Amino acid sequence: MTSGLDTPTKAPAEVRAPTRPRRRVDWGKWFTWGVLAWLFAPITFMIAFSFNDIQGRHNVTWEGFTLKWYGQAFDHADLTQALLYTLAIGVLTMLIAGTIGSLLGLALGRHRFRGQGTTNLVMFAAICAPEVVLGAALLSLFLLVGIATGFVAILLAHVMFTVSFVAITVRARVITLDPNLEEAARDLGAGAWTTFRLVTLPMLLPAIMAGGLLAFALSIDDYIITSFVAGEVTTFPLWIWGATRVGIPPQVNVMGTLIFGVGVTLAIINVVVAKRRRS
Amino acid sequence: MRRKLTPYLLALPGWAWLALFFVVPLAGMISLSLTSGNVITGFTQTFNVGNYVEAITTYSEQLVRSLLYGLGATLICVAIGYPAAYWIAFHGGKHKSTYLLLILLPFFVSFVLRTISWKFTLSDNGVVLGTLKTIGLLPADFSVLNTAPAVVLGLAYNFLPFMVLPIYAVLERMDHRVVEAAHDLYASKLQAFLRVVLPISLPGVFAGGLMTFIPTTADYVNASVLGGPGNTMIGSIIKTQYLVNNDYPIAAAITFVLMAVLLIGIFSYARALGTERVMEVQAK
Repeated sequence: MTSGLDTPTKAPAEVRAPTRPRRRVDWGKWFTWGVLAWLFAPITFMIAFSFNDIQGRHNVTWEGFTLKWYGQAFDHADLTQALLYTLAIGVLTMLIAGTIGSLLGLALGRHRFRGQGTTNLVMFAAICAPEVVLGAALLSLFLLVGIATGFVAILLAHVMFTVSFVAITVRARVITLDPNLEEAARDLGAGAWTTFRLVTLPMLLPAIMAGGLLAFALSIDDYIITSFVAGEVTTFPLWIWGATRVGIPPQVNVMGTLIFGVGVTLAIINVVVAKRRRS
Repeated sequence: MRRKLTPYLLALPGWAWLALFFVVPLAGMISLSLTSGNVITGFTQTFNVGNYVEAITTYSEQLVRSLLYGLGATLICVAIGYPAAYWIAFHGGKHKSTYLLLILLPFFVSFVLRTISWKFTLSDNGVVLGTLKTIGLLPADFSVLNTAPAVVLGLAYNFLPFMVLPIYAVLERMDHRVVEAAHDLYASKLQAFLRVVLPISLPGVFAGGLMTFIPTTADYVNASVLGGPGNTMIGSIIKTQYLVNNDYPIAAAITFVLMAVLLIGIFSYARALGTERVMEVQAK
């Protein structure tokens, strides 16, 4: 049932297998590609229907190919505004969570201090806690203290739930660093700050950037926590959610496709660069 | 003296943020769950434990359903994710990182959009079902949406990568020579897997289970989009109570019950494994 979508692609191999006993079928490969096909199905649908020439409100059946939605990508003013909110919150989250998360990761990876175990536990809990609980708890606090929901509230929430991810990413890198390098810098007369700036920071930079990008990705994708604290502000995921009942305009598919394209491009660049560095 | 202070200063901003916006809100929520009153008269602290009784008796159906759906989705993720992670780790060759990237690709599409995409893909007269109905492979009234399997599969779909990654991380790091050693000692393929590979990969399965079971149990997006009115999950109740009914004490009480149920699970889990180890697997 689960692999209902894979069965058509896998079935021919199953049937053919006994007739060709000499050639071994790579089940694992078929299976993995079946899983990938399942993962890609709705994405393919989203991309294809960004080119759908629909006449009415409902973008469900195929009515012909068009590029016009890409030309009119920003025609829904409120959708564009929602996207801008999402991007602004994403960038600010990346900067704030990236900074304080990296510092936290550095402290956890490099130093032994009192409260370390508690900090680890709190981070672990913050990562594991379901989003509904995080959103509900924050809203409870905002209600009790009288903080208004809205842009700032979303930002506070997003930094809160992404900071632990940044800290873990950076900590994992800090642990692998060779402390002798920093000692060598000290021996050569560098002060603590100079050593950090010229030796430690450059070595940590890939992890800091990875953590920051992770925070950005988590932030722009978030729906559940945001829905609790957003108040009158509508972000991109919230706008899509609100539009489901009345029909989602193809512009949503266009923006989804563009975000997907940018993300995939960045990821491919990352893989290629990492490969080149290794070889 | 200064060197001793350094870790505290480094950790302070992140620590303060987590304390103020994670720990304190949880305490606030517990406090709110014990109040009485309504949104017009305001809420006063009365240590009203009755909220919990009311929350549990009214919403036990949705709570149990959420746990079952979460469990179902997690089991599907293990069943699908383990073989995929195994194949990539052992037979992916030089394309390992490419396969891993492909597994992660859905994450480049917004969670809500991915789920809604399933809704359109599986709609009664949509691309898949509509076509199958036209060529007569399915009866005209066949429907996938608004059923329990649609929700569970949607959940499994959205959280599968969280299962694949930790299992892959463990299998990839493992010394493949131990499998050879098992074969040298006359273990069959199955025995080598069951007695060597599987035990080594269990921490990954545990971490993956944690990362799938918790969010799927608490999720309400899949239930709302794919499940229709008959498949309401507990997250949906929490959201409605907070944002629509403004019945904060009951809402907070349900949230706390959900959290307690999940936390008991997590901590017994983490205790057995050691949190650091689970987190390391996650970070990979």
